[in-house]
Amino acid sequence: MIKGADSLYRRPLTLEDMEALALGAWILGTGGGGDPYHKLLNMRELYKLGQSVTLIDPMELEDDALVAVLSNMGAPLVGQERLADPAFAVKPVRIMEKFLNRRFDAVMALEIGGGNGVHPMMVGAITGYPVVDADTMGRAYPEAQMTSVAVAGLRCYPLALADIRDNEVIIPRAASWRWMERISRKACTEVGSIAATCKAPRSGREVKDHTIHYTTTKAIELGRAVLKSRKEHQDPVKAIVKSCRGKFLFDGKVVDVERRATEGFLRGKAEIQGLNSDAANHFTVHFQNEFSVGFKDNKPVVMTPDLICIVDSVSGDGIGTDVIRYGQRVSVLAIPGPEIFRTPAGLQAVGPRAFGFDLDYHSIFDEA
Amino acid sequence: MRIGIDVGGTNTDAVLVDGEKVIAANKTATTEDVTSGVKEALSILTNSNPEHKSKITGVMIGTTHFVNAVVQRRHLNRVATIRIGLPASASLKPMVDWPEDLRSLVEGNCFMVEGGHEYDGRPIVQLDENALSNAARVITASGVTAVSVSSIFSPLNDGCERRAFEILKSENPDLRISLSNSFGRIGLLERENVSILNASLQDLSEATISAFESAIDASGIDAPLFITQNDGTVTNATTAREKPVFGFASGPTNSMRGAAILSGLEDAIVVDIGGTTSDVGCLRAGYPREANNVVEVGGVRTLFRMPDVVSIALGGGTTVNTKPLKIGPQSVGHQLNNQALVFGGNQLTLTDIAVAAGKLDLGEKARLNDLPAKMVDEAVRMIHQLLGQTVDSMKTDSSPIPLLVVGGGAMLCPDKMDGIDKVIKVPHAGVANAVGAAMAQISGEADHVFNDLSRDELLKKATDIATERAISAGADAASIKIVEMEDLPLAYIPGNAVRARVRVVGEIAV
Repeated sequence: MIKGADSLYRRPLTLEDMEALALGAWILGTGGGGDPYHKLLNMRELYKLGQSVTLIDPMELEDDALVAVLSNMGAPLVGQERLADPAFAVKPVRIMEKFLNRRFDAVMALEIGGGNGVHPMMVGAITGYPVVDADTMGRAYPEAQMTSVAVAGLRCYPLALADIRDNEVIIPRAASWRWMERISRKACTEVGSIAATCKAPRSGREVKDHTIHYTTTKAIELGRAVLKSRKEHQDPVKAIVKSCRGKFLFDGKVVDVERRATEGFLRGKAEIQGLNSDAANHFTVHFQNEFSVGFKDNKPVVMTPDLICIVDSVSGDGIGTDVIRYGQRVSVLAIPGPEIFRTPAGLQAVGPRAFGFDLDYHSIFDEA
Repeated sequence: MRIGIDVGGTNTDAVLVDGEKVIAANKTATTEDVTSGVKEALSILTNSNPEHKSKITGVMIGTTHFVNAVVQRRHLNRVATIRIGLPASASLKPMVDWPEDLRSLVEGNCFMVEGGHEYDGRPIVQLDENALSNAARVITASGVTAVSVSSIFSPLNDGCERRAFEILKSENPDLRISLSNSFGRIGLLERENVSILNASLQDLSEATISAFESAIDASGIDAPLFITQNDGTVTNATTAREKPVFGFASGPTNSMRGAAILSGLEDAIVVDIGGTTSDVGCLRAGYPREANNVVEVGGVRTLFRMPDVVSIALGGGTTVNTKPLKIGPQSVGHQLNNQALVFGGNQLTLTDIAVAAGKLDLGEKARLNDLPAKMVDEAVRMIHQLLGQTVDSMKTDSSPIPLLVVGGGAMLCPDKMDGIDKVIKVPHAGVANAVGAAMAQISGEADHVFNDLSRDELLKKATDIATERAISAGADAASIKIVEMEDLPLAYIPGNAVRARVRVVGEIAV
C-alpha cells in the first residue's frame, strides 16, 4: 500500500538517529509528553538485537493505505515504575488489526513531543512496519481533541487500548473527540494509569491532508544540532533556536514552581528570575501538562499554539513540567506552531482560551 | 564529647568537640588500609587530651571509601538481581543502563518474577513465590551471596520485597540482601541501581566498618561508632554495614554541616575549595539541600538522598595557562607541595596566583616576581567570575544570602560577591568536614503517595512516618524537627493523589 521501490523517501534510521530523536522530542514536548529515556533504552536494546526502523515520507503513502496512530497514555509517574516495553506497545496495533480485519501499512506518532515521539519506533522495530515522518500535534498536548485530525473534523473512532495483563479494550464508537478522551482515560486509569493505545486509524489520504508532516525529521535534526553543539563546545540553546527557526525569549533561573493536580492534569506555573541581559526582568510560564502561556514582566508575550520550550541553559536538554524545579538555570524559547492550529478551528481547540486564558492568540512570530 | 573523622581520598581530618566547641583538630594522610590512618588520628587526639578520653560518647566517621570503590571499579561483589513486576517492565532488565565495564564486574544471575504493585496499591499480579525459591537455589549454587531485590512501586508497598526477603533467607540464611525500597524514591531503574550498587559493596562495607571498630578499640576509647550519611546525619554501625550507599556523598555533606555549625548560620550557600575542585552546595535549615533529580555515581543513574552539589575544577592546585590565560581544569593535586612555583616547582597554579595577589603568604614569593601584575589581576578576576557563577546557580531566589567558605583553598574566594550579603570565612575551615561529622544528628524520611487527604493531613501523616523512622534509628523524640517538606500533586491519577516527602532530624538519644 506504500509506493514501491522507486520511492524517493524511505530511509533506514540509525541508532544515532534514535539518540537525536529522543533529545529533540523531549524539547518539542514543551514540558509534557514524558521523558523519552526509557523508550530510548528500549531502542538501544532493539538495535543491539539487530532490529531497525524505516522512516517514510507521508506524501509517498497511497490514498487507501492504513496508518496506525500510536501513543502511550497515562501518568508520567507511573511510567517511572512500569517501564516502556515494545511488546506492550505492539498489542493495541494487533487488537486493532483484528478488529478491522486488515493489516496496517505503516505506523505514526500521535504526538512527536516527549516519549510518544519515540513510541512508534519501538513498534516499527518489532513489527517491521515503516514509521511515517509525521504526527498530529507537532509537539505534545494533553488531550485527544488537541490534534490536527480532530481540528480537521476527522472521525475519532475506533480506539484500541491494551493492558500488560490479558485485558483488551476497543471503543468502537464515541460521540466526539472529547467523549473518546473521557472514556479512554477511564479505561486507562483502571489498568494502572498507563496503557498503550492505537487511536482512530487514518487513511493515507488523511495523513497526507491532515497531519503535521516531517516532524520526526525535525526532532532528529534538532537533537543532532544540540549534540553537535555540545561536542564542539558551542551554545546548545542557540543551536535549538537555529534548528527550529525559533526565538530566544528569556535567560534566567527558576525561583518558584507552583503545581496542582486538577481534573487529571498537572497545572501550575514556574517563575523565572532573569540573568545576564535579562537580569532586570521576570518571566512566568503557566502550564497544563505542557507550557501554555508565557508572561514577561506581567505581559503575555508567547502562547499556545506557538511552542514554549524551556531548556537547561547549559546542556540544552528539555525540562518537563513535572520536574522543573527551584534553582535550575533555564532558557525560554519559542518555536512556531503548526499552521493548522493557527486557523479559527485550531485556535478553538488549542488556543489560549482552551487552557483557560482570556487572551486573543497573538503569535510572537508575527512581530517584526 | 565526640570525635568526628572525615576519611577523604587524600587527608583524614579529625576533631574532638565538646558541644559545639572544637577542642582539638588534626590532619593526617589517608592510608591505604584505612585502619592505621584512623588509628593515628584517634591517638593524636586522645594523647593530646588524655583527660577527655573517658568523656567521649561517640566516634562519628565519614568516608569516601564506598563511592571511590564504585568510581574506581575496585573491591566490588558480584550481585544476583531479582526484579518483581512481570508482566510489566519486562524489556528493560536490571543494569540495562550501566556502563559496560562496571556491569561486567558486578552482574550476576538475573531473575524476573511475577508480582509487584500498581500506583494505587493494587497488586499487578499475584507474587510468584515458587520463582523466588528457585532463584534462591540457583543463586546459592552459583556461589554469589550478594542479592538485590526490586519490586514495582515498592516505595508505596514493600510487601513483595519483604516476602522475597523471607523466602530467600529461608532458602539460604547467608544471602546478603538489599531491598530497593530501603533506598527510597519512585523510579524503578534508578532505585534498583542503588540497590545493586549497595549489594556490590557488601564485602567492602563489612571490612571497612570492622576496621573502624577495631581502630576505636585499639585507641582505648569506649564509645560507639556512627557512620555519617549523605544527608548530613549519622547511622549506627549495623545499618552502615548493610547500607553503604548512604555514605556515598558524606564528604561534601560533612563540609556543609560543619560550615553551618561553625558559623552558626542555617541558611546559606557553602563553597568548599579544596586542592582540585570547589564544591558548592546550599544549606537549608542547617542541612544540605538535596538533589531532586538523577545523580550519576560512577556512570550509574541513581535517585536517592544526595546533597545537591555542583563541583567545578577550581582549587589550590588547579593549573593556570598563560597564553592564552586559562584556569584548569587540570590540577597538580597532592603534588602541590613540590610542583607549584612558590614551592620550587615549574607549574603555575592558583596557589601561586593567590600568593602573588597578596591573598596568601606561603612558600617563596620571590619566585613569582616575573608574573605580570596585569595577568595576576586578570586571573583573580576569572577565579571570582567562575566561583560567582556557580554560587549564583545554587541560589533559589534573588534575595541576598550569606556565603560560607571552607576548605584549604578558602583564600581563593573573593570578599564580595553579587547576590551574596556577606562572605564568611569560617573558623577551623580546614577541618569543617570533621566538625560536620562530629555534630551529626539522626534522620528519618517519608516519601509516599497519599490519596484523598487535605494538604495538612497528608503532610502530618508523612511527618509522623518520618518521625517514627528517626526514633527507631536512635533519635531522641523530644529533639526531632522537620528539615524538609514538599508535596507534588500527581497528574492523571484520580482521587487527588499527592506525593509527599518529609525529612526530620533529631539528636542521638543517650
